[in-house]
Amino acid sequence: MTQDPFTDSNSSKKPQSKISPLTSFLRVTEIDTRLAGMAGALLLIWLGFHYYGLFVNGMGAFLTPRNLWNLSVQTSSIGIMATGMVLVIVTRNIDLSVGALVGVTAMMMGILQVEVLPQYLGLGHPAIWVITVIVGLIAGAIIGALHGWLIAYCRIPAFIVTLGGLLIWRGMAFISAGGKTISPVDQTFALLGGGPYGAIGAWGSWVVGLIACAGVLWMMQSGRAQRVKHDFPLRPMWAEVLLAAIGCGTIIGSVLLVNAYPLPKGIIKAMAAANNTIVPPEGIFISHGFAIPVLILISVGVLMTILLTRTRFGRYVFAIGGNPEAASLAGINTRWMTLKIFSLMGMLAGLAGAVASARLNSATNALGLLDELYVIAAAVIGGTSLAGGVGTIYGAILGALVMQSLQTGMVLIGFDTAIQQIVVGIVLVLAVYLDNLYRSKSK
Amino acid sequence: MKRTTNTPLVEMRDISISFGGIKAVDHVTVNLFAGEVVGLLGHNGAGKSTLIKCLSGAYRPDHGQVFIDGQKVTINNPRDARAQNIETIYQTLALADNLNAAANLFLGRELINSAGLLDEAQMEAETRKIMARLNPNFRKFNVPVSALSGGQRQSVAIARAVYFNAKILIMDEPTAALGPQETQMVAELIEELKKQGLGIFLIEHDIHNVMKLCDRASVMKNGQLVGTVDVDKVTDDEILGMIIMGKQSNQGV
Repeated sequence: MTQDPFTDSNSSKKPQSKISPLTSFLRVTEIDTRLAGMAGALLLIWLGFHYYGLFVNGMGAFLTPRNLWNLSVQTSSIGIMATGMVLVIVTRNIDLSVGALVGVTAMMMGILQVEVLPQYLGLGHPAIWVITVIVGLIAGAIIGALHGWLIAYCRIPAFIVTLGGLLIWRGMAFISAGGKTISPVDQTFALLGGGPYGAIGAWGSWVVGLIACAGVLWMMQSGRAQRVKHDFPLRPMWAEVLLAAIGCGTIIGSVLLVNAYPLPKGIIKAMAAANNTIVPPEGIFISHGFAIPVLILISVGVLMTILLTRTRFGRYVFAIGGNPEAASLAGINTRWMTLKIFSLMGMLAGLAGAVASARLNSATNALGLLDELYVIAAAVIGGTSLAGGVGTIYGAILGALVMQSLQTGMVLIGFDTAIQQIVVGIVLVLAVYLDNLYRSKSK
Repeated sequence: MKRTTNTPLVEMRDISISFGGIKAVDHVTVNLFAGEVVGLLGHNGAGKSTLIKCLSGAYRPDHGQVFIDGQKVTINNPRDARAQNIETIYQTLALADNLNAAANLFLGRELINSAGLLDEAQMEAETRKIMARLNPNFRKFNVPVSALSGGQRQSVAIARAVYFNAKILIMDEPTAALGPQETQMVAELIEELKKQGLGIFLIEHDIHNVMKLCDRASVMKNGQLVGTVDVDKVTDDEILGMIIMGKQSNQGV
């Protein structure tokens, strides 16, 4: 048909036109420029807050193991939900109810584990947290499925259904506990929220880190094997090694970081007392290691990435977002897909509710308030297009990290809430503008 | 035109469908034999696209039956149609613009590996094979189809229909958006597929293409069938007359 001057984008052959060394570097290594851009922006934000603190307040508090560890924990609940919001937005819908869902599922889990289960199982029974979390996930999935059913089969716009859901489930959360705060939660359940006890320690973190490195290397090796099998162009070896080094370096760096944050002295003293030992006068250095909610977020991120990019379900999500009519003509049951996507979103909100209430050690009425806006913002900052059809899981998680970094950073340097809101609002709008620019240039 | 058997490959018998009280298709009967191209002609809004959408599974007719090889079949959705080896190239092409060629070609019928995950590499390899046959210049395998030219997009849509061994092919104005060279390529493809024994319904506005490509032509007007004629027994003007006047000519019936 038409002669086109484009070379294969996989090919390592360079076109005749002159290109900058950076462009050719990115092309050969096949580094996702979006990912690189977001990582760069995040680094700038971190450095900015740190040095602002250092020069203006005399103390750079941002780039410390303690702050970054806390940042990772605070990102978890929004990050978990942002991965689901990607699917919702990619299919041209929106879910405004996730914050209220966090509230209502957390309240249900709170009542279940504090007031119901101890009666039958006894206080502190090891099965309490498992039953609680499963019930929370199922409750979230059912509420999400109800939203999805109203949207897909009753043809009510998602905006309206979930706006109604926001009000209804927030109200339900209040009524179910009569406005009380349910506290304290089950001890094992509380570990899901992080804290000194809810982290896996230095050795555990090394094990996780090494498994992750092995995973990165295996993925790169099997990707290369597939290309060889089908005779597709390969990345040069130096590029493969460089990418592997960046991946594993990031993982090992974060292990070192979380292991550099020691448990507080008081906790160590309590631990020593429990083990009948005495803390030496110079103290003991016990690492936090990765927090459990962060591991939950990473696991959700990996599973959701596989779901979205490696399964038929994920392929249909993108197809519906790109062209709903074409998806339907290709035999995809778009309504059933919509129901499943909202159900999944609800289940993730239930999981986020577990993490958030565990972190607070209580289920409160305000839990998850305004979360829907942060979740949507995280997905959008992460490159999910509101026009549908485009979005990534890692982008949404990075977006959640950017949002949380901004908030934490402004707290650390002493900006008050009003300024925080203004800055977050500006960043959201600016991020989408930059994203549009990036997209129109890359075309 | 050779007819080896008397049983048509497809018979759509007495099909009616209405939308909000308007009869888009009104008791229409058409048939199609193996190795034959039947043109569906008529003005915009005559009901051609609606009629074939009852065969491709996009619409469910209010009335009437569909027979494949003499067997009555029920086609409730596009999946049912595909199960009967009916493939459709829609006027809009029905491509998901954000996905690449391979993802579009296998949409709804993805290849999966032993772990149940998408076998992207295998799909790309198959896509490269079929595109090498249909459009040897095609190189853009790793970009979304939104970045392709009209002709390239068309070839992806055609590849999708051809790859899965269709027995019955529906083409809704396949050359509407194409230049002369690309139109010629589609014409050659239709000839080749016909030789392989496929039956093809071709919706076409250009009367010259109809005379060149079709064996028979069924003309519709206002949802009703005006008549079906053997193309080589009538002139262009007679067919145009049927389209415009809505009257059956006396010859070639």
